[in-house]
Amino acid sequence: METPRFELTASPHIKGPDSTPRIMWTVVGSLVPVILASVWYFGPSAVLVIATTTASCVLTERFLGHGRTLRDGSATITGILLGLTLPAGLPLWMAFIGGVFAIGLGKLIFGGLGQNVFNPALLGRAFMQAAFPQALTTWPDLGGPWWALRGDNLALPFMTPHVVSSMTGATPLGLMKFESTHTALAKLIFGSTGGSLGETASLVILVCGGYLALKKYLDWRIPVSIFITVAALSQIIHIFMPGEPDALFMLFSGGLMLGAVFMATDMVTSPTTTKGAWIYGAGIGALVVVIRLWGGLPEGVMYAILLMNSLVPFINRATQPRLFGTGKEAAA
Amino acid sequence: MLNLFGHTFRHGVHPPESKGLTEHVPIRRMPFPKRIALPLRQHAGKPAKCLVRKGDRVERGDKIAEADGYVSVPIHASAAGTVAEIGWWPHPDGSMVETVVIDVEHYSPQIPRPRMVPDWHGLTPDQVRAAVQEGGVVGLGGAAFPTHVKLAPPEELPIEWLLVNGAECEPYLTTDHRTMVEYPERVHFGIRIMMQCLGVKRAVIGVEMNKPDAIEALQRTIPADLDVTVRGLTVKYPQGAEKMLINVVTGREVPSGKLPMHVGTVVQNVGSIATIAEIFETGLPLIERVVTVTGPGVRRPSNLIVPVGAMLGDVLDFCGGITDDAEEIVFGGPMMGSSQPDMRTPITKGTTGVVVLTASEVKPKKTYPCIKCGHCLDACPVFLNPSQLGLLAQAGRYDEMQTRYHLQDCMLCGSCSYVCPSNIPLSQMFALSKSALRKQAAAAPPPPPKTEDEGAEGAKVA
Repeated sequence: METPRFELTASPHIKGPDSTPRIMWTVVGSLVPVILASVWYFGPSAVLVIATTTASCVLTERFLGHGRTLRDGSATITGILLGLTLPAGLPLWMAFIGGVFAIGLGKLIFGGLGQNVFNPALLGRAFMQAAFPQALTTWPDLGGPWWALRGDNLALPFMTPHVVSSMTGATPLGLMKFESTHTALAKLIFGSTGGSLGETASLVILVCGGYLALKKYLDWRIPVSIFITVAALSQIIHIFMPGEPDALFMLFSGGLMLGAVFMATDMVTSPTTTKGAWIYGAGIGALVVVIRLWGGLPEGVMYAILLMNSLVPFINRATQPRLFGTGKEAAA
Repeated sequence: MLNLFGHTFRHGVHPPESKGLTEHVPIRRMPFPKRIALPLRQHAGKPAKCLVRKGDRVERGDKIAEADGYVSVPIHASAAGTVAEIGWWPHPDGSMVETVVIDVEHYSPQIPRPRMVPDWHGLTPDQVRAAVQEGGVVGLGGAAFPTHVKLAPPEELPIEWLLVNGAECEPYLTTDHRTMVEYPERVHFGIRIMMQCLGVKRAVIGVEMNKPDAIEALQRTIPADLDVTVRGLTVKYPQGAEKMLINVVTGREVPSGKLPMHVGTVVQNVGSIATIAEIFETGLPLIERVVTVTGPGVRRPSNLIVPVGAMLGDVLDFCGGITDDAEEIVFGGPMMGSSQPDMRTPITKGTTGVVVLTASEVKPKKTYPCIKCGHCLDACPVFLNPSQLGLLAQAGRYDEMQTRYHLQDCMLCGSCSYVCPSNIPLSQMFALSKSALRKQAAAAPPPPPKTEDEGAEGAKVA
């Protein structure tokens, strides 16, 4: 009997439809509405900043990484997310350097995709916060024509950007913290407030995150656990200290939505276990409230997530799933 | 705990069912091929001892090899003919196994010798077990564990339930499906004998809901004096794994490292039960079985009664051959089956199906690093952490896999590999790790393994 040549593979011989590039590019796709919202509010500056960080992340991955990993889309996500956390008027050269650091120090130095401990976009953002503190906290005013740049985007490297005093606005959290004024909730939900490029349109972020959660490309437990913790803690504090903001303001202001939905849920840097996801989310929520109310900064989402990122290996270890046929569920 | 959301277990995956090719195709009998090859190892446990020599003439149904010990069963000639050779022959598991090759007699009527048909009335459990072992019966769901061993639970473990496994959760396969639709009375007769042997009062047949005609046929034919219920199960892989089926039907979890009998259950595949019924109907041992020959690469997908030992090439020829784009031939289902390189490989007692896949199903997929998405944790039916196990396997830390992450509880169902977006061959890595650990244990001076665990580990998915 003549035998033709056949494939010999180990079981299973069929594969589910998901693939890592597909997950990554779906996340990129779900970020598009968020990008569009930021362009709506911040005009061409938004396009420039996000395009710059994305380009610098992809280029860094291409030239410092294996090169093989370029098409998986993960560097693109990092680039877009980094851009979304920056103020609209940021000089582009700073944005570029931020992208290089995000991928280089945030990801490649750990061994590339899947190996990094910290969310690369947030690590890049933290680096920029330290390196360019002033530029990172210069928020553009929302007035003025849509097509105008919201700051000195095109400033030359290492030159002091040309600051137009009328163009600096403030974020709702900054207003709350330093001037004790509150921003209307509707503005917070729809995003017509000061802030980083992608963090203002809470509603858009929630819808996009919901889509990803339905596709199981993000673990819904993490944002839900963050929201519950932040809301509960801040509401309790609000009851005892009415001067502090209430739960709704805390939920919809600052980078909480963007951070909880798109940053904290980064698969690589969040726990793999179900129980771990709840703990991790609760930790982020508690840290956000503590930093916002008692820290020196108006915003704490970035540091809260980075801190909890560092605990993920321990959380994973402590929350291994219960083995089938052990514990009280197993028949004696 | 009662499951309020339909009868299912936690986790698991949903591969495309792909059963449409054969689910309504009636079982046909395949003609006797020119040659058959009967491996002496077709069951879990010790291989059978050969009783024939080259040149011997055998009738259909004659015993050609006898059980070697308790966890072993005899092997019978599935066609009349002459022993052409006894030697190494390709086996479905990929190795070469000592095999009796028989040249089938061309003009033989293939009528077995007249034999005593045991009367099941009033047979003691021991007599039933002896008849079942003598009939060479093994689990037909894939694991091929000798059935009589399962029928002999130790006295201190009372059996409450007989669970009949008709889940058939593997994609493509319709072997049990057609058996239930076409021979429901035989299934019930087999259940009656097993219930008598085990002394149990209740039997439950678990059938996935994608086989409504099977559920209907079984329900229609339940004998009035038997407490048998047919339970529709959610369509989910691996619903047919013993532990999952027990969990769904009884709400109990088989304790880690223990067997179904430890929670008062005995699980038997529908096909094995029908075979037992046949022994008490005709006296004929297990010499043929129902096999689904299917997949996009088969010209005429069919459900066949195939003589045990028929070779892959003959079976495929009878089904019109394979298409030009056929890429891979799998014995068993696509989730747990093994791919075959050789057309001489025989169908054995444990072969549930032959699935021929084409390029679109088997195209090599690029592997990416683990992105810790956790999808494998949500898929694993026994709640392991495949992601972590995979990292440890890559690092060669097999001991840690065993002691900390319960590798021994993995039944290699393949759910983790199926969902992994990075295409990491997790279950393959676990199979290798297990065999590395077995080698380590064999090399170590004091051998501690318990015999019971072997059975649990070999538990296969129907």
